Amino acid sequence: FNRPAVLSKSKKTLSKPGVRNVVLVEGVRTPFLQAGTTYADLMAHDLARGALQGLLNRTAFPKEAVDYIVYGTVIQEVKTSNVAREAALGAGFSDKTPAHTVTMACISSNQAMTTAVGLVASGQCDAVVAGGVEFMSDVPIRHSRKMRKMMLSLNRARTLGARLSLLGSLRLSHLVPELPAVSEFSTAEMMGHSADRLAAAFGISRLDQDEFALRSHVLAKKAQDEGLLTDIVDFKVPGKDIVSKDNGIRPSTMEQMSKLKPAFIKPHGTVTAANSSYLTDGASAVLIMSEEKALAMGYKPKAYLSPTYAIPKVLERSGLTLADIDAFEFHEAFAGQVLANLTAMESDWFAQNCMGRKAKVGAPPMEKFNLWGGSLSLGHPFAATGCRLVTMVAHRLKKEGGQYGLVAACAAGGQGHAMLVEACPQ
Amino acid sequence: LFYSCLRGSDRVPLFPSPARTHVNYEVKDNVAVIRINDPTSKVNTLTRQLQDDMMEVLNEVWGNSAVKSAVIISTKPGCFIAGANIDMIKVCKSAEEVSKLSKEGQMMFEKIEKSPIPFVAAVNGTCMGGGLEFAIACHYRVATKSKKTVMALPEVMLGLLPGAGGTQRMPKMLGLPTAFDVMLTGRSIRADKAKKMGLVHHVIDPLGPGVKDPEERLIEYLEEVAVGVAKGLAKKTVTVEKKKGLMQKVQDAVLGIPLVRNQVYKTVTQKVMKQTKGLYPAPLSIIEAVQAGVEKGPAEGYHVEAVNFGKLAMTPESRALIGLYQGQVACKKNNFGKPEREVKSLAVLGAGLMGAGIAQVTVDKGVATILKDTTTEGLARGHDQVYKGLNDKAKKKSITTFERDMTLSFLKGQLDYSGFEKVDMVIEAVFEDLSIKHKVLKEVEAVIPPHCIFASNTSALPIREIAAASKRPEKVIGMHYFSPVDKMQLLEIITTDKTSKDTTASAVAVGLKQGKVIIVVGDGPGFYTTRCLAPTLVEGIRILQEGVGPKKLDSLTTGFGFPVGVSTLIDEVGVDVAAHVAEDLGKAFGSRFGGGNVDVLKTMIQKGFKGRKSGKGCYVYSAKKKDKQVNSGTEEILKAFKLTAPPAVSGDEDVQYRLVSRFVNEAALCLQEGILADPVQGDIGAVFGLGFPPCLGGPFRFLDSFGADKLVQKMKRYEDAYGNQFTPCQLLLDYAKDPSKKFHK
Repeated sequence: FNRPAVLSKSKKTLSKPGVRNVVLVEGVRTPFLQAGTTYADLMAHDLARGALQGLLNRTAFPKEAVDYIVYGTVIQEVKTSNVAREAALGAGFSDKTPAHTVTMACISSNQAMTTAVGLVASGQCDAVVAGGVEFMSDVPIRHSRKMRKMMLSLNRARTLGARLSLLGSLRLSHLVPELPAVSEFSTAEMMGHSADRLAAAFGISRLDQDEFALRSHVLAKKAQDEGLLTDIVDFKVPGKDIVSKDNGIRPSTMEQMSKLKPAFIKPHGTVTAANSSYLTDGASAVLIMSEEKALAMGYKPKAYLSPTYAIPKVLERSGLTLADIDAFEFHEAFAGQVLANLTAMESDWFAQNCMGRKAKVGAPPMEKFNLWGGSLSLGHPFAATGCRLVTMVAHRLKKEGGQYGLVAACAAGGQGHAMLVEACPQ
Repeated sequence: LFYSCLRGSDRVPLFPSPARTHVNYEVKDNVAVIRINDPTSKVNTLTRQLQDDMMEVLNEVWGNSAVKSAVIISTKPGCFIAGANIDMIKVCKSAEEVSKLSKEGQMMFEKIEKSPIPFVAAVNGTCMGGGLEFAIACHYRVATKSKKTVMALPEVMLGLLPGAGGTQRMPKMLGLPTAFDVMLTGRSIRADKAKKMGLVHHVIDPLGPGVKDPEERLIEYLEEVAVGVAKGLAKKTVTVEKKKGLMQKVQDAVLGIPLVRNQVYKTVTQKVMKQTKGLYPAPLSIIEAVQAGVEKGPAEGYHVEAVNFGKLAMTPESRALIGLYQGQVACKKNNFGKPEREVKSLAVLGAGLMGAGIAQVTVDKGVATILKDTTTEGLARGHDQVYKGLNDKAKKKSITTFERDMTLSFLKGQLDYSGFEKVDMVIEAVFEDLSIKHKVLKEVEAVIPPHCIFASNTSALPIREIAAASKRPEKVIGMHYFSPVDKMQLLEIITTDKTSKDTTASAVAVGLKQGKVIIVVGDGPGFYTTRCLAPTLVEGIRILQEGVGPKKLDSLTTGFGFPVGVSTLIDEVGVDVAAHVAEDLGKAFGSRFGGGNVDVLKTMIQKGFKGRKSGKGCYVYSAKKKDKQVNSGTEEILKAFKLTAPPAVSGDEDVQYRLVSRFVNEAALCLQEGILADPVQGDIGAVFGLGFPPCLGGPFRFLDSFGADKLVQKMKRYEDAYGNQFTPCQLLLDYAKDPSKKFHK
């Protein structure tokens, strides 16, 4: 990859006088594994602890110097509802370091980082750890509402008679369990279904989607083989081997992929298991600091961070154009979704009718886009993906010699997140 | 001439006819995509031109050996085919002419059904009547789940039957019971329901915005999917037959037994007779056509369908129902122009049954609504009513629980006037008492902005008397809703001579947004609807006093075609409300509103018999028993007020005509006095607001078909027996004198 550095950027740097620069010092993640594989017997906070410890190990950062911890998670383990705190304590962080958990679907760790950036920029903190974890090998499956109601009443029943009469009301229907919602609460639509409609609305063909998914796997495999995925820290599963590689990267062939039946909209849909991201276990963590403190402590920060929601906003606010960006890292939930987003960015109609803009934003060039694979191939542990994207773009900037990187991700509930990342001077 | 030459030839022109404007096609991968779009109208209907174009295209398609399958699709947004063109039927002079139309339709669809290549109907938007018959003649149906996609055979509501093969194909497709249900109720079927019933094979979800207008893209997408299906059908990778479930197999087996089928026909006929009292010929004709087809074969079936279609089109019932349909369409337009400002926020005073109902239909359309009451209890009750109304819709799955919650978020319940400085319209639904109305009007005018309209939901108080307390009478108007507001379609808007045109335009716009059918009438005691109702109720009391029991009175009125009998109506309206109205209007109009003794109602109120709401009225109501019993207490009161019935005018038929003639005479007076602007609004108001028999089409349609002279003769007999409450008004006398004079052209 030998692209000459762009000589004339719209702006030399994003740093503003009088505002603290916020930097990414380091980012790590556990290997992302398909749900139900090697991590199967763990719990969410175990993976989160792994990422946090990995971050500490890699940076040799003094635990007590961490001012705050923010962690994202989507499907919550009810035993560890503030998973940030449980994982931090387990990873040996000081019990005086507060920790909170955020949730914003697939951009939960983006939100965690945004919170961290805010804490640092406002001067409240100097060093914040942000991250995210998702554990899909085990999800909370509940008793039915009827059963729960009966059990709670049983708790309050004082006499044997009252208890027996409650038990007598038990019916077979009470025993039907409740799975975590696969569909969104407000729209009652599943993400895959929505992605299929999105692809159809933008006229993205099955072939385009399969090709894009294949590209993701091929690039990820290449990055893996070339040892570019340096954000991974090993994870030792008790009683099992040390895990050090993602296990969902599987370049297939177009022919094999074309054989799959649609997974959501049957029979005419275009989204299949092969062109969607899969259920993944994994955790990620980043260390975010003020530049001065990081330098003072002797760290070489990787990148400056400035997050907002959605790409045109982040660009306009920073005074940059799309042409200034050297590396793009977009979340790939579904091939159809990424391609629809790119088509939307290229469309004047969409810009005028759906964004209230005069003209299109423009789509990123593919030669700068997700070059080390993406969520389709690397895996997508919902709340861990954001940090993976940011760390990866920082690593790419370093490797490719670029200056500006752009991270973007979509989330259930019709939300989006974008962040500009600027490489720190080497 | 050129056009007819072409049609007279071998019907496969070498080049597309220049006259072809409604239907076109292209061949894509051996699939003929036939696109329908009537450039002269907002909807596609089966006009002569469309049918001719279609036949021409079909012949070309069949003549092209490269075409292996076909897709029929409409490129008109929101409409596949809305049905046959009613005007085509209306211009016909004889049953035979109409039968011929039916036969032409049957033939075209039969050709499609028997086509050597498979046809896929790709349905987006309205697919009704002839449109649905077209779709079911195709071999496969794909439909979008767009909210606009609605399938129905509504012919029965126009007093007709599905006359292009519908009565023959539906039973085969859906089984006898479901087919009868669809054709006898004319109900609307959404795409997902249609899929479950087996009416369509395949549904697709609507799309969000992409790089072009979503509906435009949806139609494209529908076409892509349908072309895929068509290719599959040609290659036999897609099959038309779907697997039948166990229940379906059992039903088919049982209905295979002729005795069982006979029982079905019998039961359905009984049900129809019970519901229609034999006043509507169309449902029976439908049963006959279905039975002919199933029992005697398609030739006989199609024949009976066509003949019955012709006969039905000539019936007064069909004319009445078509008149109502067209009147309803006319009353869904704003004839007062676009209001200067759109009403974006609205306040309702009084969270009672009416107030909450008005709030419900308003928030339902996304208009921010304040619901104000004087007590927290009243407010809570009203809020619950709105919630229940929306939740019932969610339970029926016509909206999602999310949509319910979002709709409810437009509602703000409160006890004070905060926020009134920003509302565009206030509708008061407080107690029917002039001094209370004056009090709230003054309170409201102290807080609302200058442009805000004050509307009164009163059923009888003259608006000018309410407006007398206003500083700005040009902004005061009457909006008379009917209970239950979310179910009753009518809104009666009352203007005074001071009400400005813009105020009227605004009130109509709000009513239309609320989904109402609107009549705009002049001011006066009881306006139009209550004024027609009051003498009818008074006559009902008279009849009760003469010893006709409440049940008998009910059966006589429903037997005439009223959906609700007079005794039940008194209970539903509330005995207190009925007494109030009868007394007030009696004072205003004098002896013309006499007949029955209002003291009967007053005594009932004293005893606590206030109607359904108090559990007792003419009948006793209990939550458990469905069958209501006559209230013996009321029977005693009636005995105390007993009057002798003059035998000459007290037969069953005379009792019916006494009631109807008072209704109709008062309606005619309203037209004569200019309260009503035209007979169409009079008919719509009577049918949609008061339940005047739909088969008669309203008081004016009834006068046209029954004859004003005949009614006047009857009234004169009643006048001799009872007095001037039966004196026909001048307008009736004029129409009686000259039988060529008709209210409806």
